[in-house]
Amino acid sequence: MNEHEQQRIEQLLKASLPPIGDRGEAELRRDLWPAMLKRLEARPTAVPWFDWALLAAVATWLAFFPGAIPVLLYHL
Amino acid sequence: MPVLEQPPDVLRQFREGDLDAFEALFRQHQGEVYGWIVRMVRNPAAAEDLTVETFWRIYRAHARFDPTQNFSPWARRIATNAALDHLRTERPEVDLPEDLASLPAPDPSVSAELQRTMVQAFHRLPPKLRVAATLALIEEQPYKDVAGALGISTGAVRLRVFRALRLLRRELQRQGIKP
Repeated sequence: MNEHEQQRIEQLLKASLPPIGDRGEAELRRDLWPAMLKRLEARPTAVPWFDWALLAAVATWLAFFPGAIPVLLYHL
Repeated sequence: MPVLEQPPDVLRQFREGDLDAFEALFRQHQGEVYGWIVRMVRNPAAAEDLTVETFWRIYRAHARFDPTQNFSPWARRIATNAALDHLRTERPEVDLPEDLASLPAPDPSVSAELQRTMVQAFHRLPPKLRVAATLALIEEQPYKDVAGALGISTGAVRLRVFRALRLLRRELQRQGIKP
């Protein structure tokens, strides 16, 4: 991709997606502390057994195929 | 949007898990964190939820905070990770209309159809490329700030932006549009 093409794509992107700040949406309109308190008071959710099983399966798989670690990290 | 840093006492108390100190930090920084998140996710309702999620993560990680450091960059890094997690689980087909509905006034040099195609292509980018391009190109945030928030070098930010633009060009070409 040459410099001209890069500038053209940038220009198209900016024309299609204007900055949020310019749309006046970057300002918080209400106090979120009540929602935060609610979250703090909520009981921590338990991790489902399936997630632990999945984690164990992935760990086992990576132990047998360590070459897959960079591929996994790339997609994370 | 610079925010004055808290006195060291508040930061030390927060590190020890003091809820009043956490509330003081929350009240001072919630607007800044929200402003950063909404720039990435471009959805005010989701940004509010993610602001609370960010501070929840901050609260849980209080013991790892170094009170000799500034709070803002640390919070921004956590906010960026929360936004990335959100974008990874987002379904573009469902979340597209918000941006499509708020397309800017027609730019004489860019057709509405082309803008729509561009928005759709942008939403299909991998989240880490999308966030880098959103912050650096659309929101024009300094590369240094973007790099700090993403935990990578400024060179890596430039590379992500370049890869995003290259993928966008390919997608437009695939649809028969010559940019």
